[in-house]
Amino acid sequence: MNFLRKKLDEIKRPFTKGEKWEKFAPAINAFDTFLFVPNHTTQKGSHIRDAVDLKRTMVTVIIALLPALFYGIYNTGFQYYSQTGSDFTFLDAFMHGSLKIAPMIIVSYVVGLTIEFAFAIYRGHEVNEGYLVTGMLVPMIMPVDIPLWMVAVSVAFAVVIAKEAFGGTGMNILNPALTARAFAFFAYPTYMSGDKVWVSEASMIDGISGETILGSLAASQKVSYSMLDMFSGSIPGSIAETSTLWILVGAFILIVTGVGSWRIMTGGILGASLMGLLFNLWGANSLMSFSWINHLIVGGFAFGIVFMATDPVSAAQTQKGKWIYGILVGVFCIMIRVFNPAYPEGVMLAILLMNVFAPTIDHYVYNSNVVKRKKRWESAQIKTA
Amino acid sequence: MSKDISFRRGADLNLNGKAEKKINENSKPNSFAIQPNDFFSLFPKLIVREGEEVSKGSPIFYDKKNSSINFVSPVSGIVSKIIRVAKRKIESIIIENDGDRELSHNIPENLNRDNIIELLTASGCWPFIRQRPYNIIANPKDTPKIILISCFTSAPLDVDFDFVLKNNEDDFQSGINILNKLIDSQITLTVASSSDSFFKNIKNVDLVQVSGPHPSANPSVQIQKISPINMGEKVWIIRPEDVVNIGLFFKTGVYQAQRTVAIAGSSLKIPQYFKTKIGANIAPMIKIAGLRSKAQVRCINGDVLSGSITTKDGHIGFYNNLISVIPEGNKYRMFGWLPFVDNSIHSLSRTSFSWLFPKKEYDIDTNLNGEERAIVVTGEMEKVFPMDIYPMQLLKVCMTGNIEKMEAFGIYEVVPEDFALIDYANTSKIEAQEIISDAIELMIKEAG
Repeated sequence: MNFLRKKLDEIKRPFTKGEKWEKFAPAINAFDTFLFVPNHTTQKGSHIRDAVDLKRTMVTVIIALLPALFYGIYNTGFQYYSQTGSDFTFLDAFMHGSLKIAPMIIVSYVVGLTIEFAFAIYRGHEVNEGYLVTGMLVPMIMPVDIPLWMVAVSVAFAVVIAKEAFGGTGMNILNPALTARAFAFFAYPTYMSGDKVWVSEASMIDGISGETILGSLAASQKVSYSMLDMFSGSIPGSIAETSTLWILVGAFILIVTGVGSWRIMTGGILGASLMGLLFNLWGANSLMSFSWINHLIVGGFAFGIVFMATDPVSAAQTQKGKWIYGILVGVFCIMIRVFNPAYPEGVMLAILLMNVFAPTIDHYVYNSNVVKRKKRWESAQIKTA
Repeated sequence: MSKDISFRRGADLNLNGKAEKKINENSKPNSFAIQPNDFFSLFPKLIVREGEEVSKGSPIFYDKKNSSINFVSPVSGIVSKIIRVAKRKIESIIIENDGDRELSHNIPENLNRDNIIELLTASGCWPFIRQRPYNIIANPKDTPKIILISCFTSAPLDVDFDFVLKNNEDDFQSGINILNKLIDSQITLTVASSSDSFFKNIKNVDLVQVSGPHPSANPSVQIQKISPINMGEKVWIIRPEDVVNIGLFFKTGVYQAQRTVAIAGSSLKIPQYFKTKIGANIAPMIKIAGLRSKAQVRCINGDVLSGSITTKDGHIGFYNNLISVIPEGNKYRMFGWLPFVDNSIHSLSRTSFSWLFPKKEYDIDTNLNGEERAIVVTGEMEKVFPMDIYPMQLLKVCMTGNIEKMEAFGIYEVVPEDFALIDYANTSKIEAQEIISDAIELMIKEAG
């Protein structure tokens, strides 16, 4: 370890203050701090600091994502082989999925991190770890057959327009990963919806019925999957969104570590259940009469509410705000699903919509505190007068 | 009938190196310092020169903004050095102890508010009284709505005032009796509800029992529950040992600078209490307590969360009963950022297993454990901030310097030390205390 440390210090020398590559210090620091927690000590304020930092927090989210990702990889192969009707083992399915998905993850990280590094050097601040999570999320919420260049363009759009244009990590209004998906969804609709994109290589092979459950319902077709299929995730859909079971494992990790907000998740489930129940009572069409419990376990709702709506930067930031925000995400998600046949899945738009409103929700929560303080002052004035 | 208040939010940090409950009176420091930096936003006007002889209680400098407030020498001796830093700002005035000269004041039989204030300001006792908002020395012309004395501590390694002042109960009571004449109502005394404190027997006070984790002993959080500060209102606070000093002054007529400090922290062999004077040199005490190893240590005037850096040869601060000595953390940790790695480092976050061992005493060093980042994680500041204020929002408006918004979000009710746990706990390593301190300075300049 000492040897490595010495070597690193040697490599870093031209990047130190006053040396010729000083500008590029954020780039080399990002690699260095990946290997070592730096030897920086407190200079002002509290002399001691908690062991937690942004890297640790972000990596915890990635750990929480892994179960859903691994299942998504397996399911990609499973859908392909079971639809084509050939014999396969677990390993075959997993390999098929890996070959499809690994390139997407690599493209997402390479494109996104390049832009992040460039902005860090340009602005002269350290590279923030936020993209570690975004870069993982983007491929996980795409259909498996989307061309890699589309992944690259979507990522570039999301990082530059949704994040860096607002000032970088911590300043963005919209969730960057969802912005990438929304961009792809509206720019390349034929690759993002329909019945030929959800199963690997479905467009090449006739006879694959690769419709998602919500898609079938929107087209008033019958759904042939059981509730267990929907919950375990052996259904077509975006790569990692299908398995509510493994998403729940991730949710458990997020809630136990305190990294993800249980208030938003609970609020979302409450909102969606309530809306689903109301529509069940109404029951005018097949989407409305689709059981409210099934609404919670199909499509991207579970993934969205656990991993996307809880993004602390774009969500509401106050406790009360988180409840309101979560509930409304749930309500709007089901409402969009049911009312708008052009968008069989509503969770993406629901979260983006609430991202926009989150600061407004917080504003009113903050304002109640401000008003309380003002009233207290006014009554004190009356007393002394 | 005593009133009870309790706090749910906050955090007690259980650190290694608590002071043993014995008082050592043999440290015999011979250099003492008065450090203008101890007084927030003070402009000192020097009266003495280097080499001048001073008595115990003779004025060293006064406050430029309020020339009646004297700052006096804690001992008799010679002004050996006046240390200045950039822009000739005075950092400290060092006095070498020598002789027993005393400056004595006549204490009249019948004390009223005016002559108490006059005696306090002239004698050098007045700086013991600080005002909220801002935590600056109180203005003798104001009348506060309450005077609050927090008689317990909750910060890590901090002293036990019950133990420190066990022989001073009468002096404390006489100090209270004097101070009671400064306001229309009674002094408010806060004690830990769990303790069997002698403070509970003090008469002529409004007793408030407080329970809850740190920062429950901070005056700000107590004031907000007892009588919150509105714009334009003043609350005065005094530290318990300074009440004793005021009591002793009115008994003897001579300024008393009694100070019982704990020298505590994991770098010390035998952390313990010392009875000495305000401004005493800490070197002899650290020598007696003994350093565990030759490794670099940090000496802190105050607690590890909100104290200020000093050296091994530094001097005790004016408002301070604690010197913390902890190891410097200037070392690298390979892959230390991974969750559930290095669990021996304390963390309030559950991304480390250390939360499973709340009873364990942690050794803690000064490593930042990461680097400063944009604010991302929300809700963690609120967890350690037991006031009816949105801390993150207040920090944000303080950063923008918008005075109206700072007022609206509660700047009058807080001081930097209330944000110490936020410094500690926040993932993005934001310097919250510095932001609040800068904001208060701006408020003093712009709003007065």
